Amino acid sequence: MSEQGGTKDMAIEGRGSGYWKANLRVIWICLIIWALVSYGFGIIFRPLISGIKIGGTDLGFWFAQQGSILVFIVLIFFYAWRMNKLDREHGVDE
Amino acid sequence: MDQFTLNLIFIGLSFLLYFGIAIWARAGSTSEFYAANRGVHPVMNGMATAADWMSAASFISMAGLIAFTGYDNSTYLMGWTGGYVLLALLLAPYLRKFGKFTVPEFIGDRFYSKTARIIGVVCLLVVSITYVIGQMEGVGITFARYLEVSKTSGLLIGAVVVFFYAVLGGMKGITYTQVAQYVVLITAYTIPAVFISLQLTGHVLPQTGLFGTLNEGGGKFLATLDQVVTDLGFKSYTGHHTSTLNMILFTLALMIGTAGLPHVIIRFFTVPKVSDARKSAGWALVFIALLYTVAPAVGSMSRFNLTTTMWPGAAGGDVYSQSAVSLDSIQNDQDKEWMRNWQVTGLLNWEDKNGDGLIQYYNDEAEPSEPLATVIADQNLQGNELTTVNRDIMVLANPEIANLPGWVIAIVAAGGLAAALSTAAGLLLAISGAVSHDLIKGAINPDISEKNELLAARISMGASILVATLLGLNPPGFAAQTVALAFGLAASSIFPVLMMGIFSTRVNKQGAIAGMLAGIVSTLLYIFTYKGWFFIADTNMLPDTPDAWLMGISPASFGTIGALINFGVAYLVSNATEEPPEHVRDLVESIRVPRGASGPTADH
Repeated sequence: MSEQGGTKDMAIEGRGSGYWKANLRVIWICLIIWALVSYGFGIIFRPLISGIKIGGTDLGFWFAQQGSILVFIVLIFFYAWRMNKLDREHGVDE
Repeated sequence: MDQFTLNLIFIGLSFLLYFGIAIWARAGSTSEFYAANRGVHPVMNGMATAADWMSAASFISMAGLIAFTGYDNSTYLMGWTGGYVLLALLLAPYLRKFGKFTVPEFIGDRFYSKTARIIGVVCLLVVSITYVIGQMEGVGITFARYLEVSKTSGLLIGAVVVFFYAVLGGMKGITYTQVAQYVVLITAYTIPAVFISLQLTGHVLPQTGLFGTLNEGGGKFLATLDQVVTDLGFKSYTGHHTSTLNMILFTLALMIGTAGLPHVIIRFFTVPKVSDARKSAGWALVFIALLYTVAPAVGSMSRFNLTTTMWPGAAGGDVYSQSAVSLDSIQNDQDKEWMRNWQVTGLLNWEDKNGDGLIQYYNDEAEPSEPLATVIADQNLQGNELTTVNRDIMVLANPEIANLPGWVIAIVAAGGLAAALSTAAGLLLAISGAVSHDLIKGAINPDISEKNELLAARISMGASILVATLLGLNPPGFAAQTVALAFGLAASSIFPVLMMGIFSTRVNKQGAIAGMLAGIVSTLLYIFTYKGWFFIADTNMLPDTPDAWLMGISPASFGTIGALINFGVAYLVSNATEEPPEHVRDLVESIRVPRGASGPTADH
């Protein structure tokens, strides 16, 4: 644990500059979209969007079987990209 | 060349590849054995994670589950992929920054308690061992089917193969073997799917073929499938027929269970940097999605092919325009050979109940509507005559149903083995790490030298393979329930404690221990109430039916509730007891920032 002092300073610096708050905000946004495409469009709101037809069925079915998975991928890469930017802005990157 | 020789060649070649990689990448230090020296490229790690994670259940069973239930089983598709979002956002980068080797080690350090660490080990062992039994069984069955040996010999061959490359190579060897296994399994899964999609809809991509138009008949594929199955008295394919609440809870249980599986989490310890851990989760999902977006096409198309085999008229969308398949055709025609092959295994069977020489396949359990009722009366039907259709054959028999060449069938065999072996190896590594690093080094003998710890890791890996093989040979009653148990336990115990360890500075030792125990115990009790104590038949206290379930929550979905109980109990107990010490709050602050992670094995 030789470098504990160092990491502590950086942690305080990270906290002071709102790094963690910004991180939490990005996580919340991503999780809301994550829930919306799967639990939302895929299950709960499926009847509401059933008017939109796609390939012999409705949009909710597409979200449940494919769409949500594709959105999940985009979300993770978006998060990774956004966090790399935040890391650099707050000077906590590796 | 006959099918057996082809199978032997493809399976043999794939094994040679795994052995070659194991020798090339053998581990020489504990850091290599537990974490591949943290030198795995994020894309490679994504591929290895995909193979690690996709088990025999994903490869063999999932498409069949979707085939016979349609939309309602979308839960598996969303649940088993959505967990990666949680992993990438909530766990992977922080655990990588923590920079140690095992999941219980994080629990022990963050909650400054040896007791918490030991409870973590117990959770990990229960989750991983139940899961690995299923994998070893899958290896045995696949060998038995394709190499024409007994299930026991098949299992023993599998055990020797895993022993060789996992014990020798550790995480480093397993990682690169899993990359090769991913390539084998995804090729095996995709090739038949592409052929079948082309045959039915003319689409090269099964993902778009699913929403395409049928070559024959010209209707939309899914609309025709809905029409055909409802005409036969089954529930519509794209319709929603189950409880919405249960669907949501089950999907969530699979998601948080996935994010809490120790053998998946430790894969994120192997990448060089925190930013690589985030990216790597994305790559893992890309490689998983290559199979998971194909699976619904495989499921629906194999269901359609099965139906048109039984009712040739169904191909044009009008089931009853031709008579059902004849017994004579099944026994003699070349293109029905697959039915005879699978009848031998007992996984497919039929019986001409009304003696008319035709095999009529329909749902005899629901109230028949027109036009089925008319057919039942006209043809004097005495019940469904396709008496057994095992769901697992939908993927394995798929190439034969679609009349694909022998080498495609051989690739599917190699792919099924790759899926089961890669997951077994990942689980065995998580188990041996918990035993050698958390129990032996962490609790019994902290002064053990690195060389001896490495030896201990190899011996515990060997011992775990032995235990897994013995349990695979004599599977206890709960083997069939491994999914419910493994996911429920991971969801209710491991995921919440890790997440609170990162996102809260207030949750303390007492809270974490109480939370883990409350989560696991409540989930186990709920599962045992409906499935029987330790899954022993007839010891269940309530019938396992939706009416008897608490608020309609199935035992498999209860992991979500167990997780909520864990969070709630941990919060209440923590607030009633003293704050965690200063150095623990510093630890939490430090894992939240990436800087300082990439140094060579930080504070080790």
